[in-house]
Amino acid sequence: MKITAPELEIAVLVLGMVILTVEAFAAKIDKRILAFAAIAGLAIVLFASFFVAPFRSPNQATGFWSFYTADRLSIVFKQFALVTTILVLIMMIDYAPVVRSSFPGTQDGLGEFFAVPIFTCAGLMYLVSAIDFVFIFVSLELVTISFYVLVSFTRRDPLTLEAGTKYLVLSALSTAFIVYGIAWIFGVTGQTNLYRVADALANPAVDRVAALLGMVFVLVALGFKIAAVPFQIWVPDVYQGAPTPVTAFLSVGSKAAGFVVLLRVLLPFLTLPQTQRLIVLIALLTLIYGNLAALPQGNLKRLLAYSSIAHAGYLLIGVVCFDVRAVTFYLVAYLLMTLLSFAVLIIVAQQTGDEISDFDGLAKRSPFLAFAMLIGMISLAGVPFTAGFLGKFFIFYAAVLQRQIALVVVGVLTVGCGFYYYLKVVRAMYWQSTPRIDKISVNGLSRFAISALVIATIWLGVYPQPIFEALKR
Amino acid sequence: MVLFAIFCPILAAILIMVGAPARKTALAAAILTFAAALILLASFGHGQGNFQHVTSFTISPEWRLRFTTGIDGLSLVMVLLATIVTLAAVWFAGTIERYENSFYACLLFISGAAIGAFASIDLFFFYAFHELALIPTFLLIGIWGSGNRVAAAWKITIYLAVGSFILLLGLILLYQSIPPGWRSFDIRALTVAASLGQIPADAQRPIYLLLLIGFGTLVSLFPFHTWAPEAYASAPAPAAMLHAGVLKKFGLYGLLRLAIPLLPEGARYWTTLLVVLLLGNIIYIGLVTIAQKRLDWMLGYSSVMHMGYIFLGIASAGILGVTGAALLMFAHGLSIALLFALAGELRRRTGTLVFDELGGLAKVMPFAGLAFGFGVFASIGLPGFANFAGELMIFFGAFKNGWEMGAFHTFQIATLLALWGVVISTVYMLRAYRKTFMGILSEQWKQLFDVGPALRVPVMLLVGALLCYGFFPQSFVRVVAPTVRTYLTASRR
Repeated sequence: MKITAPELEIAVLVLGMVILTVEAFAAKIDKRILAFAAIAGLAIVLFASFFVAPFRSPNQATGFWSFYTADRLSIVFKQFALVTTILVLIMMIDYAPVVRSSFPGTQDGLGEFFAVPIFTCAGLMYLVSAIDFVFIFVSLELVTISFYVLVSFTRRDPLTLEAGTKYLVLSALSTAFIVYGIAWIFGVTGQTNLYRVADALANPAVDRVAALLGMVFVLVALGFKIAAVPFQIWVPDVYQGAPTPVTAFLSVGSKAAGFVVLLRVLLPFLTLPQTQRLIVLIALLTLIYGNLAALPQGNLKRLLAYSSIAHAGYLLIGVVCFDVRAVTFYLVAYLLMTLLSFAVLIIVAQQTGDEISDFDGLAKRSPFLAFAMLIGMISLAGVPFTAGFLGKFFIFYAAVLQRQIALVVVGVLTVGCGFYYYLKVVRAMYWQSTPRIDKISVNGLSRFAISALVIATIWLGVYPQPIFEALKR
Repeated sequence: MVLFAIFCPILAAILIMVGAPARKTALAAAILTFAAALILLASFGHGQGNFQHVTSFTISPEWRLRFTTGIDGLSLVMVLLATIVTLAAVWFAGTIERYENSFYACLLFISGAAIGAFASIDLFFFYAFHELALIPTFLLIGIWGSGNRVAAAWKITIYLAVGSFILLLGLILLYQSIPPGWRSFDIRALTVAASLGQIPADAQRPIYLLLLIGFGTLVSLFPFHTWAPEAYASAPAPAAMLHAGVLKKFGLYGLLRLAIPLLPEGARYWTTLLVVLLLGNIIYIGLVTIAQKRLDWMLGYSSVMHMGYIFLGIASAGILGVTGAALLMFAHGLSIALLFALAGELRRRTGTLVFDELGGLAKVMPFAGLAFGFGVFASIGLPGFANFAGELMIFFGAFKNGWEMGAFHTFQIATLLALWGVVISTVYMLRAYRKTFMGILSEQWKQLFDVGPALRVPVMLLVGALLCYGFFPQSFVRVVAPTVRTYLTASRR
């Protein structure tokens, strides 16, 4: 049987609905079974996705294929979304006690907590395939609305409630921007399909200024998704307040989809010289702000929030150079190391807390978790033989090739900042001592997931070829 | 055999982390790597300048990235230095009170990383291996350091991280300056490309500058040196031995390896800048060293200062000067490791390294006094030690080089000024020796006793190697000179 790409999303959606239905009618079961079922289902879809033959929509396609493409890039990122969701679900199982304590009944809400991410996943999968502004908007909404639910899930906690409100208001604002931008672009070119927009822009009769204005509005909305300065204000508070697995999901899934859309949306507009200058400026601001603001942070979730802004800066360097391979590799590396850090954080935070000082002496209490966190942190900082270093290497390679001197200089200096704040965590784990000597236990599934992430981080840091092969296939 | 030398320490480090007995495993690994280096030395085909024992694995065909290892004369002696100092450092480390396993694992990681960097032919891995040592160094200083260890650990890590990324930019630029058909990270391929004139002269200048700043930061070239004294003063002695003795030489090795054969035009263009900076190392840092009041800080500054001579040898770009630079790198690695080991032992016993509180220790610790004397004389460059041969070759090489360039040239002025460095180092080294081991023995140190075999073995190892190459520098030159000649001919063509 031949599998085509749209069937993957349909399978994921069906899975989500089945789990919701079971959740509604089977009240007696342990709700964590639903999470295991979801993980198994997504794993099957992930497995199936490797047999999908890439199919690039022809330029003049009509009907379904005029807004949906199944090129190599989108397939890689569908797999990316699936892996992220599976890992987030594993973290959610670890996080279940916190959710339970936030609801009156012992099992209330858990089922939805495990079911909603599946819909987010479907939204992300659609988003990376979207080549039409309308379809981009629709799938973006699917992602965003499911995040509204997830961010404020543990609503008894005032911090979470604050995070949910902030996310809702600002996200709605950015949605307004994207719609407005699309309207301008449509008004100028008469098209919503990205390829046809590109063709229309090639026509000298088109009003470039108006098209640029529309593009800037779209850029504002996408800047919000990828947490680029100056649209990053929401990031620290939402990241800190949201349930930690949701934070991880936001910082990886939402960001990756944002970058894929950015790459697709920018393609028609690259002919306009202003576009590149604008993105260079955003990248510079993002690098400087993200890295400098991360320096004094004492809360690990907040630190990771600023680090997520900082990494958006490095990724934007790749976008400026329009190097799809470098951006993809960096995103994959970012997925591995960020989810690794969050996975450890969730387990440790339930024992002590999510301040950096709560990690004091972790090397004594759980050498396994401390080592995993060490790998995550040095990979985020960019030490060789980890995926994070190769990501930076490819990004800087592209930037040097295009002689983006300002970006390179700022990028190198901010790497120095990165070493400081990431190693702060390493310092806490290995130097500081703690009065607590009780061991931290890790359940089998999490241990497996964390080990897999550690191995993958090091493996891709030595042998990056699989990612390039997947993009070439 | 090369792969064994790289991965034996790293594998041992992993074993120790999962719970193998720390000291025994570390010692066994250090001895095995040392043996491997000796076998490499014995089986090395003399008189050839090319790489031997080459093994290669493909990593990424698109980027022409291959994990290639092999040794030529220069990398052979550096690997030998790394294994000697590793053995001495591991032997010296003894029992560690806190987290013994992690301590030895970190030491072995640094050692494996250094050997890997020296034996890599592929630029990417050459760079990556060196960076691998960064985190163990951070942990070693941070956990087991003394004094102002927190600040020192941050300083060295951030300095070296930024320096390495500048170096990385230089390497990327180097890779991209070659026409696409020639692009490769393989040093051999790059050398061929360079000798065919594929690296344009105006492209060489920015690359050389980036490499000079990047490598210079790693080697504590003035004015990028401020991380070094503080880090070495705070680091536990085995870490200081490995870092100052071996790892720091990576930057010099890289300049020799890349700048001379690949970027002769860039090197010529920036000669004056390099000469000024290296004089900063020799004269300015030399004077700063004299002003030091603590033994550990003084040793840290002296190790910064001595880099100046090696830079002078590299800058001279002649066979005599460059070979001398290689010899001095080797000798300095041994002598500074010896001094740091003894200083660490003194700190362990007395708890202080302030000159004014010490004195007369040779009465109670004759062996340590003798060994320290050897280290001091080697550092000053007394005949009989390898340092002497190295410095002599550098001065002759640099002076002669200036002669070739016509009338009275930068190099001759530089050499004349650099000679004063010998006087400066005599002043501070002998003063340190007098204040520590000579003079009146203070009442509180009377119950001290001499060092045991735990320290005697590494001391004899280091002094033995120093004397060996000091009396027979020819055996060193025979290994290195053909390689240096290959580098220089590549650049002349």
